[in-house]
Amino acid sequence: MEYLPILLTFAFAAGVAGALLGIPLLIAPRRLSPVKLAPFECGKDPIAISEGRFPIKFSTVAILFIIFDIELFFLWLWAMLFRRLGWFGFVEMLVFLAILMLGYLYIWRKGGLEWE
Amino acid sequence: MTLPPLAYHALVGFVVLNVVIGMVTYVTLLERKFAARMQSRIGPYYVGPHGLLQPIADAIKLMLKEDVVPTTADRWVYNLAPIVFLVPCVLIFATLPFAPGLGVADLNIGVLFFLAVSSLEIVGLFMGGWGSNNKYALLSAMRAVNQIISYDLPFVFAAFVPVVLAGSLQMSAIVAAQQGVWLGFVPKWFVVYPVIGQLAFVAFLVATLAAENRVPFDILEAESELVAGFRVEYSGMKFALIQLGEYAHMIGTSFLAALLFLGGWLGPGSEHALVGALWFLLKAMLVFLVVTWVRWSFVRIRVDQILAISWKLLLPASIVLLLATAFWVAARGGDGV
Repeated sequence: MEYLPILLTFAFAAGVAGALLGIPLLIAPRRLSPVKLAPFECGKDPIAISEGRFPIKFSTVAILFIIFDIELFFLWLWAMLFRRLGWFGFVEMLVFLAILMLGYLYIWRKGGLEWE
Repeated sequence: MTLPPLAYHALVGFVVLNVVIGMVTYVTLLERKFAARMQSRIGPYYVGPHGLLQPIADAIKLMLKEDVVPTTADRWVYNLAPIVFLVPCVLIFATLPFAPGLGVADLNIGVLFFLAVSSLEIVGLFMGGWGSNNKYALLSAMRAVNQIISYDLPFVFAAFVPVVLAGSLQMSAIVAAQQGVWLGFVPKWFVVYPVIGQLAFVAFLVATLAAENRVPFDILEAESELVAGFRVEYSGMKFALIQLGEYAHMIGTSFLAALLFLGGWLGPGSEHALVGALWFLLKAMLVFLVVTWVRWSFVRIRVDQILAISWKLLLPASIVLLLATAFWVAARGGDGV
């Protein structure tokens, strides 16, 4: 029930966005030509359309992100409940982060954070 | 007169949506005026008094523009991308209470919801870059994903500092925790907490700049390399929706920064909901103007520098900051900071 207003806002936002996209269909001019419809490439004939290949560096960053993102799962609960956990929570998180930072330093030493 | 709950929620959602769209439209004017002043220009001036009708003229112009879909584009992905981009950017306002009890839904996991939804915009962004089937757009989308997932971590870590200090993820509880004054005149906002408050605020602002793809982190639309980035193929209303989403995201995060660090709606006379909302708006606009100020003061930095700042500086620094905050809270006995 608490999420009903959010759901309604979501529906409104999607509806308004869709409606706004519909406006140009009614009032905008439509004079298309093959040249206008070509992908933009600074005025030249497009060469070598992108085919979805990209450097492996991007995946490395993605994997690094996933490692730390899983850690965040734990941290959300910890941050919210910290007042109640007190010193116990602090030491617990220190141990957890120490282990995590070990991996982080390993990645750093191995050059996983370089972009070359 | 009391409305049935469903109609009430629908009304509130509709009002907030319209307020957001109206606000975003006028924030573009604010930014242009502010940018112009920084460069000793006047800015928009001719449409209406002091250019006050400029955003409306812009909106009408964009509606009248021809809608061009390139032949090579993936039509479904291309057409859906602006909507997928805009919706999360508007939805983040749903959890923001603008004053006590004045908001769509004050969830008990407000901050989590906000951060989760605000990073969803990257899906729409990547859809736009991929669906355009243009090499500039694709490169830009790839850079954007790379950057946003790198800066999401320091962003969340910096946001944890107020959460730990307040002991809650609920937005209204975080504001309530900032009530009161020190020494009779210093407000107890989280930004004035010695050292940790300021450092967390700076880390949050830097991560915000990167999450919004603003200068100096705007490599995804580096004009000299990628023309207009992922939105190079978009025209007319679709372009407008993407711009709208981008500004809504920016304003939303400015509001979040004002709420987490600057005491939200707290201020003289904030017992009245409207005065409180005005304070909140004022603080959020202040954060937004700082972001704009940065935009016209810094140069764009390189991809490797952007990643190095995130992974080698901000991430470890924000983890240490979070631990320092936790240490402080624990040392004070876990209650009443």
